[in-house]
Amino acid sequence: MNVIKTIDELNAVKAKYADVVGTRIEGKENGVRDVLVCGGTGCTSSGSMKIIDVLKEEIKKNGLEDKVNIIKTGCFGLCALGPIMIVYPEGTFYSKTEPEHIPEIVEQHLKNGNPVKKYLYAETVNGDEIKSLNETAFYANQHRVALRNCGVISPEHVEEYIARDGYQALYKCLTQLTPDDVIEIILNSGLRGRGGAGFPTGKKWMLARNLVKDADQKYVCCNADEGDPGAFMDRSVLEGDPHTVIEAMAIAGYAIGANQGYIYVRAEYPIAVERLKIAIKQAEEIGMLGDDIFGTGFKFHLGLRLGAGAFVCGEETALMTSIEGNRGEPRPRPPFPAVKGLFGKPTILNNVETYANVCQIILNGADWFASMGTEKSKGTKVFALGGKIHNTGLVEVPMGTTLRTVIDDIGGGIPNGKKFKAAQTGGPSGGCIPAQHLDIPIDYDNLIAIGSMMGSGGLIVMDEDNCMVDIAKFFLDFTVDESCGKCTPCRIGTKRMYEMLEKITKGKATMEDLDKLEKLCYYIKDNALCGLGQTAPNPVLSTMRYFRDEYEAHIKEKRCPAGVCKSLLSFSIVKDKCVGCGLCARNCPASAISRTDYVAPGKKLAAMVIDTQKCVKCGVCMDNCKFNAISKG
Amino acid sequence: MAFKKSAIPFSGTPKQEEQLREVINRHKDDPGALMPVLQEAQEIYGYLPIEVQQMIADAMEIPLEKVYGVVTFYAQFSINPKGKYKISVCLGTACYVKGSGNLYTKLQEKLGISGGEITPDGKFSLDACRCIGACGLAPVLTINEDVYGRLTPDDIDTILAKYN
Repeated sequence: MNVIKTIDELNAVKAKYADVVGTRIEGKENGVRDVLVCGGTGCTSSGSMKIIDVLKEEIKKNGLEDKVNIIKTGCFGLCALGPIMIVYPEGTFYSKTEPEHIPEIVEQHLKNGNPVKKYLYAETVNGDEIKSLNETAFYANQHRVALRNCGVISPEHVEEYIARDGYQALYKCLTQLTPDDVIEIILNSGLRGRGGAGFPTGKKWMLARNLVKDADQKYVCCNADEGDPGAFMDRSVLEGDPHTVIEAMAIAGYAIGANQGYIYVRAEYPIAVERLKIAIKQAEEIGMLGDDIFGTGFKFHLGLRLGAGAFVCGEETALMTSIEGNRGEPRPRPPFPAVKGLFGKPTILNNVETYANVCQIILNGADWFASMGTEKSKGTKVFALGGKIHNTGLVEVPMGTTLRTVIDDIGGGIPNGKKFKAAQTGGPSGGCIPAQHLDIPIDYDNLIAIGSMMGSGGLIVMDEDNCMVDIAKFFLDFTVDESCGKCTPCRIGTKRMYEMLEKITKGKATMEDLDKLEKLCYYIKDNALCGLGQTAPNPVLSTMRYFRDEYEAHIKEKRCPAGVCKSLLSFSIVKDKCVGCGLCARNCPASAISRTDYVAPGKKLAAMVIDTQKCVKCGVCMDNCKFNAISKG
Repeated sequence: MAFKKSAIPFSGTPKQEEQLREVINRHKDDPGALMPVLQEAQEIYGYLPIEVQQMIADAMEIPLEKVYGVVTFYAQFSINPKGKYKISVCLGTACYVKGSGNLYTKLQEKLGISGGEITPDGKFSLDACRCIGACGLAPVLTINEDVYGRLTPDDIDTILAKYN
C-alpha cells in the first residue's frame, strides 16, 4: 500500500475494503463466502492452524478458490468451543471443528450452500432454523467496544482495520482537535484505567501534558505485560485488533506531546508479538507511524519491548525500569511517571484495553461512552471468564452488569450440576466473591467495597469442589514467587503468610495462628512498597471474610470440607456397598488395601478395607470404584 | 529462587559466538539494550550460562553482576540448559482450579525431577508456567510447541509415551 497523506486517500482505502468487511458485518451478499477461522491462542492451541490447512486443500479440490476467502482472525471469545469457524454472509457458527469435518463442510456448505448442522454450535440450531452468532446467549448479552474488531477483521491486514473506521480518530485529532481538546474528551468520557487500579485516563494524560512544560522528550507506554494468571483480554485485543492500540497510542502521543512510544508485551504471547510486529510495520509503511503523519508534521514512533516473565513488571515504575534494561523492581512514588518516568522523562502508561477504547471515544464522543456503565465507572469491561464454567472465554459487558448475568446467562452456568461457591476477580490482587454478592453491579467501587477488585479482568468461577484455603494458598504461592524482594513486608511477609496457610491446610494450625495471619495481612497491606505487595493479602482477607467456616474446619476439626487438602483427607470403604471386586486393591500404589472377612448382605465376596497408616491419599481407589463404595472426608 | 549450577558443561560454538556479537552490535546504541540482547542470546544458546553472561558483560561494558542480576530476576531466562522436550505445565488460576497441580505432581513423579530441572539424559525438562491463555482447554500443558488440553493425570503416561 502507498503512504496515506490525506483523508481522501484514507477514505478511498476504506471504501475499497468496506465491501469485503461489510459481508461479515452486515451480511451483504456479493457471491463470495468469507470463512473466518479463529487464530487466537485458545483456538490455535486446539488446532485451528490445521483446520486452515485442510480448508485450503479442500477448497482447491472443489475449485472454489474464487468463491471463498479464508481469513485468520483474532479471538471470537468463546474459547471453550474452539477451534471456531464462522461462515459469512450467513454468519453460521461451527464449533469444536475437527479436520475430518472440513471436507463435508466445504462440499455441502461452501459449494452447495447447505450448512452442515451437526457441526454447528448446538445453541444456534433450532430444528430447521439456524440462528446467527449474535442471537446466542453468549453474545446477545454482550456489548463490544474494545473487542469490536476481534473476530471480525483479519489483524494482519491494515486495510480491513481502515474499513472499520481505522485511523479516522487519529486524523480527527491531528487536524480538528488541539491536544487539550483530546484530553478533555477523554476526561469527560469517564474512561478509567483498565489495568487494575482504575485511575482516570484523561487525568493521567493531563498531568503528563501540564506538569512538565519544558521536557525535551516524553514517552507513551502501553502495558501489555498481562501477568495475572487466568486473564487474557489484553492478549486477545493485540491478537485480534493490534492497530487500534497503535492508533490510540499515537493519539496519546499527540495529546501529551510525546513522539516516542513503547509497547511492553509478554514474551509468552508469541502470536500477539508477531501480529504487533506486522501491524507496526504496516502502520509505518502507510505513514500512520513516522515523521509526518497525515502531512501535519506530527511525529510518532513506536517500539516493541518484550517482557521476560515477571509479574511485578505490570506495576508502572517496575515496567519502566525493565524497559530501561534493569531488574524490574518498582520504586517509591512520587515522583510519579507523569513527571519522571521512562529514562527520567515524563511518561504515561496505559493498559491495552484502555487504549482499545480511545479511538471509539474520539469518534463517537465522550457522551456516547459516558452513557454506558455506572455513575463512577463508564463504558464496558472485558472479562476473561474461566474455571468451572461452561462457556470459558472472553466477554465484554457494560459496567454495572451483575456477576449473575455474566456467569449464568453469558457463561452458561457451572458444569456437572455442581454448586457455585465463589467468583475470583482481580487475580492475585483480588478476592473471592461469594454467592450472596452475585447481584451486585460490577464496577470499580463496588468490587472494592466487597473486598475484591476489578484488576485486569480475570474472572475465575469456583464450585463446591474448590477449597478456599487452598485457593488463598495458591495465590500466595504466586506472590511469594513473584515478589521482587525489594521491600521487606512483601519479601518476608508474604512468605510467612504462605507458611501459615500451609500449616492450616496441613491441619497443624491453631486459632491463634488465624489471628496472627489476619494481623500480618493488614501489616503488609499498609507497608508494602508497591501495588503487588499492598494487594497480596487480598485473596486471604476476602476468603477469611466470606469463608471463615472453611478456615475453622481446617483448624478445629482438622477437616477440609471441599476434600482438596490432601493431608486432611482420609479415604475409607463403605463396607455395605463394597462388592469385593478388588479393583481398588489392584490399583493401589501403596498396597494399602486388603480384604476383610465381612461379606455384605446380598454380595458374594468379602469387602475390602483401607489401611489408613499406609494410605498415601492419592484417590486412585475412588476413581476406579464403580460402586461408589469409597468415601472421602 | 534457588539456582542449581548445571552439571552439563558449556559447549558454545564459534558460530554462536559470532551470532551473539552481531546481536550486541545491532543493539549497541538502543536505550535499555540489555533485555533484548539477553532474549536473543537465549535464542542462540537455548539458555544463559555464566560463560555467555560474561561475554555479554564484556562486550557491552556492563558489570557481570548486573547482567547476572537481570538474568536471575526474570522467569524467562534460564541459566540451566533445557531438555530436548520442554514440558511446561500451566499453573494459572483457570488451570489450577481444574486440577493442573495434580498434573504437575504426577510429572515430577514420573520423570523423577523437580520443576526447573532436566532429566539426566537431557531428554525432558519440566517447568511450571503462568497462564498461556488457553484457559478454554484447562488444564493444559505444553511440550515444545504442542499443546495438550482438558487433561487428567491419567493422560500423562500416554503423552510421555509419544516422546519416548
